[in-house]
Amino acid sequence: MSSTPEIVNQTDAANTARTDAARTAKASWALWIRQTFAILNLEIRKNFLSRRALLLYLIAGSPLVMLTLFAFFRMGRDNAGSLNGLNTAFAAIYGGLILRTLVFFGCAWVFMNLFRGEVIDRSLHYYFLAPVRREVLVAGKYLSGLIATVTLFGITTVGSMLLLYFSVYPAESARFFFEGAGAGQLLGYLGVTVLACIGYGSAFLLVGLFFRNPIIPAGLLYGWEWINFLLPPVLKKVSVIHYLHSLVPVPMSEGPLAVLAEPTPAWIAVPGLLVFTGLVLVAAALHIRRMEISYAGD
Amino acid sequence: MRESTNLPANGTVSPPAAASDGLIVFEDVSKFYGEILGVNRVNLRIAPGITSLVGPNGSGKTTLMNLMTGLIRPTSGRISVLGLTPDEPEELFRKLGYCSQFDSFPRGATAREFIEFYLRVHGWAKPEARELTRAALERVALTEAADRRISAFSKGMRQRVRLAQSIAHNPSVLVLDEPLNGLDPMARAEIIRLFRELADAGMYLIVSSHILHEVDMMSDGVVLLHNGYVVAEGEVGGVRDEIEEHPIQILIRCDRPQALAARLFEHEHTVEARIHDDRQGLFVKTRRPDDFYLLLNRVIPELHLRIESVAPVDDDLNAVYQYLITSDGGPTR
Repeated sequence: MSSTPEIVNQTDAANTARTDAARTAKASWALWIRQTFAILNLEIRKNFLSRRALLLYLIAGSPLVMLTLFAFFRMGRDNAGSLNGLNTAFAAIYGGLILRTLVFFGCAWVFMNLFRGEVIDRSLHYYFLAPVRREVLVAGKYLSGLIATVTLFGITTVGSMLLLYFSVYPAESARFFFEGAGAGQLLGYLGVTVLACIGYGSAFLLVGLFFRNPIIPAGLLYGWEWINFLLPPVLKKVSVIHYLHSLVPVPMSEGPLAVLAEPTPAWIAVPGLLVFTGLVLVAAALHIRRMEISYAGD
Repeated sequence: MRESTNLPANGTVSPPAAASDGLIVFEDVSKFYGEILGVNRVNLRIAPGITSLVGPNGSGKTTLMNLMTGLIRPTSGRISVLGLTPDEPEELFRKLGYCSQFDSFPRGATAREFIEFYLRVHGWAKPEARELTRAALERVALTEAADRRISAFSKGMRQRVRLAQSIAHNPSVLVLDEPLNGLDPMARAEIIRLFRELADAGMYLIVSSHILHEVDMMSDGVVLLHNGYVVAEGEVGGVRDEIEEHPIQILIRCDRPQALAARLFEHEHTVEARIHDDRQGLFVKTRRPDDFYLLLNRVIPELHLRIESVAPVDDDLNAVYQYLITSDGGPTR
């Protein structure tokens, strides 16, 4: 054991504390950004490389695997009929599978585990014992989840669309994406995926903070989002999926039982989702400022 | 030992309220977990040096430490650490390090990565974080193992990693929950020496421990907890005296316990002798165990006893507490 020549002599600890506090206040933004990046650094590694990430890869990769198999066996040409048919087919795949199910559960898995996972691993106290504002911790963790989900589900969205179109009509698809409306649609779907990750991510981060077993609230939320097509127009608006559906480039048919409602214009849907996300994150930050750590029973 | 009051540990005079910024202060702090008592109406003023929290399991040691560090909130009362409250983590944890009992680490991390990562979260730039990490690992003698994964460490090494992490940012206050657990005797001695050096440099060290002779060796002050109450606080010398006065209970398994009891009672340091329920053993309480063993060596051949075993029964902390909190001479709340 070495000696401790570098120990700070505590002659007037209280004054030092006040001086440091003042210095910290002055340097707040720079400090918060440094701390956010430090948190991002570890959390991104966890989100992409930990054992928990395997399920995320499975969820995000499943449509790519299915569409690759589809492409390999060339099964779809006769059914699709035309590029328009493919547009409808992809809208159904995107709306029914990718957006409603895969992005939803992928976000649930990643964001609920941002804090919940740390409680289960009994490592959250290391963050709570660091001189970091809890709001910064929420921001760092949320951003790390966003980077992971946007990256993986962005690849899922883009990859699925390209795989479907190019496997059926390679030449027409090339023209569609490079000269026609394809690129716009692709970016539109990508944008909706990003917004879905932003909105669902914030909701699931909050759910993970409040519930010891977040599977049940996640299931309830999933049910609410699924029955959205049956809800009266006023209640439709109390969901994330309604705003996302309003933004998809090719509207998906919701079936004969669907209660029709006017889609919300993009200028309301996008800021609305961002405001919702902001409010949920503020609630999360307020909650976590008062949060206690008791690993017993977890 | 003195009664629990607002007096500071280690015998110093309590400063006026305005000067309490330089102390760790608990003012009428209670913590209930639902209906279960954690700690009740704790009033403490802790000065620099090593203050040990001593008490059996469930006495409230960890609760007090978690309250001090804001991991849990008091049901009532106020806590202040050098004038800062646990509601100000961004300032408090520049001054405070906590080596908790939670034996968990980020998966796959090496000792160096673990410490350096959390220093980066503190806001240190990479070069400084690296240097502080190196110094902290050196202090706990883990330099050679720094780049090995913590998951491959022994319990003692993991304990030292946590200790290094808690002191890496050179805090003024160090809170240590059972820091000597899992350490071999040599490492214990080294760590106690480190604690002493830190305390001599002006740090506040709040240490919980079950091992009384270690508390005795390293502490300046002691806070004795029992069932969530501070039953006594004061200088360590008071506790040492109490421990020395505390009778040790020894169980002798033998064929004729009645004869042995009669013989042992001839000596004044035998406080109590009680025959075991199976009548094949004798519980003896003595204030001078060394003299007792010498006596026993003489009595066994004299009485032609067949001895099966001789072992201390309750030279653990619980027995000492029971003695301290119930005896007339011991401290009371």
